[in-house]
Amino acid sequence: MTSFTHYIVQRLLAALITLIGISFIVFLLVRLLPGDPARVIAGLLASEDDVARIRTWMGLDRPLPVQYATFFGRMVRGDLGISARTKEPVLREIMTRLPATVKLATISMAIAGLLGVLGGVFAAYRRNSILDFLISVSTLFGISMPVYWLGLMLIVLFAVRLHWLPAAGSEHPTSYILPSFTLAAFSIALVARMTRSSMLEVLGDDYVRTARAKGLRESTVVLRHALRNALIPVVTVIGLQFGALLGGAVLTETVFGWPGMGQLLVDSIFARDYPMVQGIVLVFAVMLITVNLIVDILYAYIDPRIRYG
Amino acid sequence: MLGLAILLLLVLACIAAPLLTPYNPEEMKLSDVLIPPNSAHPLGTDHLGRDMLARLLYGGRLSLMIGFLAVGIGLLIGIPLGAVSGYYGGWVDMLIQRVADILLSFPSILLALSLVAVLGVGLRNVIISVGISTIPSFIRLVRGSVLSIREETYVEAARSVGVRDWDIIRRHILVNAMAPVIVQATLSLGSTILVAAGLGFLGLGVQPPTPEWGSMLGEGRQYIFSASYIATFPGLAIFLAVLGFNLLGDGLRDALDPRLRK
Repeated sequence: MTSFTHYIVQRLLAALITLIGISFIVFLLVRLLPGDPARVIAGLLASEDDVARIRTWMGLDRPLPVQYATFFGRMVRGDLGISARTKEPVLREIMTRLPATVKLATISMAIAGLLGVLGGVFAAYRRNSILDFLISVSTLFGISMPVYWLGLMLIVLFAVRLHWLPAAGSEHPTSYILPSFTLAAFSIALVARMTRSSMLEVLGDDYVRTARAKGLRESTVVLRHALRNALIPVVTVIGLQFGALLGGAVLTETVFGWPGMGQLLVDSIFARDYPMVQGIVLVFAVMLITVNLIVDILYAYIDPRIRYG
Repeated sequence: MLGLAILLLLVLACIAAPLLTPYNPEEMKLSDVLIPPNSAHPLGTDHLGRDMLARLLYGGRLSLMIGFLAVGIGLLIGIPLGAVSGYYGGWVDMLIQRVADILLSFPSILLALSLVAVLGVGLRNVIISVGISTIPSFIRLVRGSVLSIREETYVEAARSVGVRDWDIIRRHILVNAMAPVIVQATLSLGSTILVAAGLGFLGLGVQPPTPEWGSMLGEGRQYIFSASYIATFPGLAIFLAVLGFNLLGDGLRDALDPRLRK
């Protein structure tokens, strides 16, 4: 087995263990609630017959490990139960909301990658200049700003005062602008900070000095020699930001009335629709684990030192 | 220093709330609803005629307290678990690290939301939920420090003269592992305030009429078109508090580890 294959197998196993762990926590959460778990899952308005049916379905009369094995088996087959609120299969409801969240998170990640790297490169290249100072202050503001407040303030400015952009909805292409920038703000700041420090390190390296000594154009030195190497750790940060974006999506979707999974999660918590809450948490977990796995593998592919670490 | 100054100003203003405003933060006055900032109400009034400055100052006490208590939970549970994990190694270490991995694989707001879904809304449950979400980062950090310190000669010396494991961890290892923990705790204060206020904003945190920055922002959202100042000030307060803790954390890190100073 090559070191790269060995590394991939290792990461796959770690991802599987994390998934089992998360599913176990999700499984336990409902059982830790006070009262009858079947009643909790069935919802407040369920009849006694419904509760009895769910009790049998959950296998509450069987030992806990058997219950978990049944739960995990169903989860793997995509059976996440029935929503207590809508009586529809949980997975079907999630799948109708998933594209909106994925679209929002993907656009935000692209914005964060692009603006973050650009900001970081400029700040590093013009180190200790006014531009560097402005970018550094902006990134500090970016990581300190509540995403839900930023969203509201952008609505006030661009929708209420200037009437340039819609305040809510997702029908028109312009409706993507405010939510995606709101969601991206934190990640732009983090990526810019990371890129700046990574570029500063690389710009002082011997091969950059050699490239300059050879008389290469400054843009070639910075973009082709320095940035390519500085981007290695940044790629990981961008990838790992996907988790932060999913977390931020819950708040951003609420601010902009975005019809995604985040808003469904909040609505389901209010409605005490536990099968839906469980389902959404599990789907979020699968998405996160998958993205982290891809980032791990990409990182090892770009930087072979990781595989031998 | 700027971070410390911002925080001192915020904390002092919240403590001195009764001196800075004559209003009761929960007292409604339906004849004074949605009054924009003026001399009688420097930050205006909300949809129930309550003075925004009073709610902001008294609410700040709660928002900051949630942050401190949540980080306290993280420290109280995270430090011993991280120390045991790093000092003993073996299956204990593996078990604790896998649990930390699982908790870390989730963004803190999602973890806190999942816990609130189970525990229910309210002040106590928000503190517990946000507190639990901070535990894994402290476990990781303390474990890392303990792993390097336990190999030091003075630890070996203590072990050879028969000092009990727990005393070695407490008196020799943890004392020397505290610098990064202090930095992390300061930075975590900012992020826990953000997460707790996020829960409040969604209506899953502190419940009305008790003022808290996040829930005030959530209430202000309904009036964003007619009275945007209601959402502006609580958000600004959260931003300043988080900025203060981030600046202070960065400053402490530079002071405690001069190698990071650039």
